[in-house]
Amino acid sequence: MLYREAGQFKTTYAADMAVFPIRQDRIALALLVAVAFIAVPFMAEAQVWPFRTDYMVRAILIPFLILSLAAVGVNILIGYCGQISLGSGAFMAIGAYSAYKFATGVHIPLAWLGTAISIPPLPGLISIPLGGLMAALVGILFGIPSLRIKGLYLAVATLAAQFFFDWVFIRVKWFVNYNSSGSVSAPDMYLGPIHINTPVERYLLCLSAVVIFATLAKNLVRGNIGRQWMAIRDMDIAAELMGIRPLYAKLSAFAVSSFIVGVAGALFAFMYLGAWEPLAFDINRSFQLLFMVIIGGLGSILGCFLGAAFILILPIMLDQIPHAVGIPVSVETVSHLVFIVTGGLICYLLIVEPRGFARLWGIAKEKLRLWPFPY
Amino acid sequence: MKADVNPKPVARSGPVVANGDVLLAVSNVSLSFGGVKAIRDVSLDIRKGEIRAIIGPNGAGKTSMLNVINGFYHPQQGTISFKGRERRAMRPYIAASQGIARTFQNVALFKGMSTLDNIMTGRTLKMRKGIIQQALYWGLSQREEIQHRRVVEEIIDFLEIQHIRKTPVGKLPYGLQKRVELGRALATEPELLLLDEPMAGMNLEEKQDMSRFILTVRDAFNTTIALIEHDIGVVMDLSDRVVVLDYGRKIADGTPAEVQANQAVIDAYLGIPH
Ligand SMILES: Nc1ncnc2c1ncn2[C@@H]1O[C@H](COP(=O)(O)OP(=O)(O)OP(=O)(O)O)[C@@H](O)[C@H]1O
Ligand SMILES: [Mg+2]
Repeated sequence: MLYREAGQFKTTYAADMAVFPIRQDRIALALLVAVAFIAVPFMAEAQVWPFRTDYMVRAILIPFLILSLAAVGVNILIGYCGQISLGSGAFMAIGAYSAYKFATGVHIPLAWLGTAISIPPLPGLISIPLGGLMAALVGILFGIPSLRIKGLYLAVATLAAQFFFDWVFIRVKWFVNYNSSGSVSAPDMYLGPIHINTPVERYLLCLSAVVIFATLAKNLVRGNIGRQWMAIRDMDIAAELMGIRPLYAKLSAFAVSSFIVGVAGALFAFMYLGAWEPLAFDINRSFQLLFMVIIGGLGSILGCFLGAAFILILPIMLDQIPHAVGIPVSVETVSHLVFIVTGGLICYLLIVEPRGFARLWGIAKEKLRLWPFPY
Repeated sequence: MKADVNPKPVARSGPVVANGDVLLAVSNVSLSFGGVKAIRDVSLDIRKGEIRAIIGPNGAGKTSMLNVINGFYHPQQGTISFKGRERRAMRPYIAASQGIARTFQNVALFKGMSTLDNIMTGRTLKMRKGIIQQALYWGLSQREEIQHRRVVEEIIDFLEIQHIRKTPVGKLPYGLQKRVELGRALATEPELLLLDEPMAGMNLEEKQDMSRFILTVRDAFNTTIALIEHDIGVVMDLSDRVVVLDYGRKIADGTPAEVQANQAVIDAYLGIPH
């Protein structure tokens, strides 16, 4: 009975076009944002359950937020524009290493010109979006083949990009500032005079970034450019006839997607990992993001969050629940179980509900609106 | 649909039938796919404000002709001149930007999108806000969206599809999909509208509705229409002039009555070998 829209009339197109046209949804979202921005930090500071240790914030919430953001980027390309990519991990790496270079100072000697390009170390908050921009540029470059090839062939081309950048960041020592171990550690982050260091501070920074970029992404997908992406995805021939230029639509999807994935990569490196090796962004990361998007829902921003939550929480649940009910399960078995459940669920969703959890959520809401009538 | 669907005050003088100016001229076009000659040396013209039917048996090359006109197929020979500009081949989106819109024989809607979004894609060429403004949305971009939403709502009212506004088109019955597709083409405010069998697979009532829409579009906006249709009754009622294709050749061209009496046309439809 609570979930009703009776009496809420939309008198303007603006109201009808709102992201959350139903008042109850808006209230729920406002509550969620309040909890995330206010309640969580307070509870974490007060160390009340479930924030007894900083594990919850440091090891669950922060990666959840960042990987949700990365999934938003991946979903724009795959779910909205229909361009399959298996190279998302590489674009996270490009964001991370570019941000690292900008934060530690870029020096490119141009000996034959007798000069050099030098950029002094930039603050972290500027380096991270710059990392996203670099990823966007590379994304446009790697998007060009999509004008010619589709489906499986494009997937293989992006896979090649993944392996290429894995190799680049291992072999080209310039990216790691000639550190012999090949691993790099993120420089300190400052927001004006404030040193962003504790898990709660990091969490708040990630949360802000996610709220901002997810909102911008939502605006894009519901606007003109989003319709162009979806038109290309659903029927590229007819799209061209409506005056949509495939070149612009596809490359803009690659650019926006790679930008968001790049920013997420930089955040992942700076705010979650702290110190990292190229392995953090290998093909497994690409698949992890792909699974999040498929499970959460292709073509849904909400789905990115649902998918990320599921993929991250599943192993924890499989680890904790058997313990709680008194069945000892070895770590190995848990990791096997994770593969089995994820794989099975992906097969199930691809066959039964390709639009994932987000769609199931939508159906549940429809049912609630009509309740108690069964149709 | 009210007259302000077309915000440009173009001089459109109400219901007129073909006022004589040639809008599109196809000259000596030949098109082949490997060994298959889909179009052989066909010339035809379409005059401003007329409903021009293209008929012919299956495989006659009707769809191929539309594909040549809007740039999908590039003919090996011949030229197409639209609004006085001559060309051999062009990209479909350029044809769209010059004012050619079309619907497809097998509905080609964007299946995952709602009726509203499908028709909104027709406004793409008229939307100017860049990607940054769209990302920020509130303000300029929202105003633009609302302005175009208004136009689209008028098209929705005109086509009587208000009740399926938010339904994903993949779930709609065939007859309604055809209607949405017409709406999407109308949203571009075309000067030349190409309709490839808009009534195929429809029942009588749906055909009547569709005929009414086609006539209204022509009469209210003086939009020029090229229509492929198998139902000879519909063709005779709607069209001003008919061109008949058979095996890629033009075998007749004239008013519906002339064409109906033409011996070559009768032979073609009865399948007399030549
Ligand atoms: N893309 C293509 N590749 C190869 N052959 C084609 C192609 N398009 C059309 N054709 C051939 O060209 C000929 C004309 O086809 P077209 O689709 O134009 O016929 P039509 O008059 O529209 O027929 P129908 O009434 O069945 O729609 C046919 O023989 C067809 O097989
Ligand atoms: Mg045809």
